[in-house]
Amino acid sequence: MSAPARSPQDLRSDISGGIGDSPLRPDGFLKVRGEFAYSSDLWLENMVWGTTLRSPHPYARIVSIDYAEALAQPGVYTILTYKDVPGENVYGLKFQDTPVLAEDVVRYQGEPVAIVAADHPETARRARQKIKVCYEVLDPIIDAERAAHDQTLPKLHPGGNLVRHQRIIKGDPEATAPVVVSGVYEIGMQDQAFLGPESGLAIPDEDGGVHLYLATQWLHVDQRQTAKALGLPLDKVKLTMSGVGGAFGGREDLSMQIHACMLALRTNRPVKMVYDREESFFGHVHRHPAKMYYEHGADTDGNLIYVRARLYFDGGAYASKTPVVVGNGTTLGVGPYNVPNAKIEGWGVYTNNPPCGAMRGLGAVQPTYAYESQMDKLAAALGMDPAELRIRNAMSEGSTTVTGQVVDFPAPVAELVQRVRDIPLPEPHASGDILNLPGGASNTTHGEGVVRGIGYGVTIKNISYAEGLDDYSTARVRLEVIAGEPVVTVHTAAAEVGQGLVTVQQQIARTELGVQRVTILANDTEVGDAGSSSASRQTYVTGGAVRNACVAVRERLLDLADTRFGMHIDDISPAAMVEILGDEVIEETREYHHRPTSPLDPETGQGNAHVQYAFSAHRAVVDVDLDLGLVKVVQLDCTQDVGKAINPDAVAGQIHGGSAQGLGLAVMEEIQVSNGKVRNPSFTDYLIPTILDMPPMNVDVIERPDPHSPYGVRGVGEPPTISATPAIANAIRDATGLELPRVPIRPEHITGTS
Amino acid sequence: MRVNVTVNGEQLQADDVWAGESLLYMLRERLGLPGSKNACEQGECGSCTVYLDGVPVCSCLVAAPQAEGREVRTVEGLADGEELDPVQQAFVDKGAVQCGFCTPGLIVAAHDLIERTERPTDAQIREALAGNLCRCTGYEKILDAVRLAAARKAGAV
Repeated sequence: MSAPARSPQDLRSDISGGIGDSPLRPDGFLKVRGEFAYSSDLWLENMVWGTTLRSPHPYARIVSIDYAEALAQPGVYTILTYKDVPGENVYGLKFQDTPVLAEDVVRYQGEPVAIVAADHPETARRARQKIKVCYEVLDPIIDAERAAHDQTLPKLHPGGNLVRHQRIIKGDPEATAPVVVSGVYEIGMQDQAFLGPESGLAIPDEDGGVHLYLATQWLHVDQRQTAKALGLPLDKVKLTMSGVGGAFGGREDLSMQIHACMLALRTNRPVKMVYDREESFFGHVHRHPAKMYYEHGADTDGNLIYVRARLYFDGGAYASKTPVVVGNGTTLGVGPYNVPNAKIEGWGVYTNNPPCGAMRGLGAVQPTYAYESQMDKLAAALGMDPAELRIRNAMSEGSTTVTGQVVDFPAPVAELVQRVRDIPLPEPHASGDILNLPGGASNTTHGEGVVRGIGYGVTIKNISYAEGLDDYSTARVRLEVIAGEPVVTVHTAAAEVGQGLVTVQQQIARTELGVQRVTILANDTEVGDAGSSSASRQTYVTGGAVRNACVAVRERLLDLADTRFGMHIDDISPAAMVEILGDEVIEETREYHHRPTSPLDPETGQGNAHVQYAFSAHRAVVDVDLDLGLVKVVQLDCTQDVGKAINPDAVAGQIHGGSAQGLGLAVMEEIQVSNGKVRNPSFTDYLIPTILDMPPMNVDVIERPDPHSPYGVRGVGEPPTISATPAIANAIRDATGLELPRVPIRPEHITGTS
Repeated sequence: MRVNVTVNGEQLQADDVWAGESLLYMLRERLGLPGSKNACEQGECGSCTVYLDGVPVCSCLVAAPQAEGREVRTVEGLADGEELDPVQQAFVDKGAVQCGFCTPGLIVAAHDLIERTERPTDAQIREALAGNLCRCTGYEKILDAVRLAAARKAGAV
């Protein structure tokens, strides 16, 4: 069958700018015109619409499914259940534990049970309502800490309810200290809330295969899981990226991929699936809520002597990235500080709460909130300035982490804290416009009852996949003469999710090959694996792969100059390139592999688990209305070391956007779950920051190159999301004097009326 | 039912419209104009903002038949051929676009703001765009873009 109308489109190739410049996005022009083809914009003449029937119960046995009446509705093409899964009815990123469609049991509210194809989305929805599923409702498991230890609970999966336990021991785990602070911290369930809903178009191929146009973070892992469930060889399942409306981790797991392909193969028609916002809340994993017990010991000068922590991560019904959350959470559990003695334990468990997996700052957001709360508590106990305490204990190049890994690249943590502290503070109190006060246009105060606070947050985040994984990337680069001009074409499977990877790839190709015109092809599975647009890794690894391929192309060009013209040169102008190349097309495909890491010792948690660390520091200034508990973040400033800013404007954009997500978690964002059921699956009730909530930001980027990475780059995307949250929480504590051991901080936590 | 509507100056007709369909659905799925976006379809995010008889509305909250005989202007109708509208150009120039899913709605809302207010203050920009959610940018560069578009429109730069 033909490709969809509005399939991925050509990006601009005529923009200038190499490494270190900030050229315009090649997809920006299409996006501002409304002509960029997102995965929900795809269309084919004879397509039908797919929809999903989901479980209303967090935990239940399926007694029977009767869809005869639904199937008889006019306009309904097919209804499929687990019996119709052609291959294996199971998938998963780390563990193969998630059914494509539920068989005998549902483990969370929203679990897919049946899928429908019909001529109109409303026909499909109405048919869905007529499917009769008889459930035997069971008591859900909802407490993660209990699920970790209580062996009397029902086993949600054959191996029990524990997904991963990791212990990390450094020095003397029972060390003592003269100054001790402790706390129990909780973090609510955050949603990625990308704006472009899960969607795509599956088109059956004449050879019995299927071509799926979709939005994802990792084409090849989707392809592998989808092919297995469809019972097809990989070459019969083609995936092409369409426009991605944000991701933030929420597109790592499959959503509509297998379902749309099953419906397309069964009906032999193109099938479009588009989740609405409510379904999106049920259709992807969220950030793990956590409960964290922390104890810090220090000497009277403020030098950390020990940290002991127990971290419980609620993974919900299926494993997704829970094992990685436990790995990151424990290995990064003391933060960017030198700690001679540590005992950190983490548990990730199954419950009947919504499944949790990847979200920006994976596994680091939770402990950072806790240990940065502890650092302020410790500063108060010592009578020290909170920034000074962080500077005193800051790790640096040569430090040894709690897993015994020696940091063999710059780690300018103290400098980041000093620099963010030195950014000028805003005026003492907002005057004039009430929009600048807590409550804003609600006109709840003109300044009376409002107090100001200042707080810091600092984080460490690992970059790329960890614990021995080789998450390489692949790039194919072609050089040829078109219309008298040298043109470079870059082809990768690396997902552009909004972060600006397409811009960065063009910049690298321009700098490496000296060619102005660089075309970026749509991502698909016709080129090698690029790994996921996750873990702040793509500029590092795909940037490295594009560089390697460009270097290989350049070597062949120089060889060609030698063999054709006897030119022994190492610099070729674009004009000379045209002469040398003639009709020749040079194409090279190269991979980039980061340096190897190793798994953690299962008993002691020791090992060189991480490729690279990134660091950021925030300072938040808040005004709090003590009477109403309303918070206005007045200013949010960030310093971050990015190694080398390939595109400084895009780096700033990442820091702005990441900080906004961290602000959301601090004061408003939470999927509220009661007895396993989601109470707020809408943008009416799940609040994300608006332009009125985000304060002005000062961003100070420093560049301390990592000698082990391409161009010295350090991952950028995640750290600002992580350090913003505790900075704001600490600022609210500074203003109110309250302990506030849970985020998001709600008005009733401040007024004491909860 | 059949709906007759003028979209971006062109008289269009949509057939077989189900009465419960939104204007957004009709634009995207029946009239070949998917620029207006389907982020929440409940009037919270502003991604589907279009002009309806000159007034910005969430097209997801307007029933398609309500557009009968009226004029709609979408993000696709702002540029003059290859030449972008000043708001569109400023969003590109200032890096106000990341994933871009919120962009069409923000551009229509910002376009309306600077049509009404020649040189809006930051407070006016924030107030006018408070109904448009963006998850990528933290809004800093969106503010930059609207300031630039207003300045260019007023001939100040």
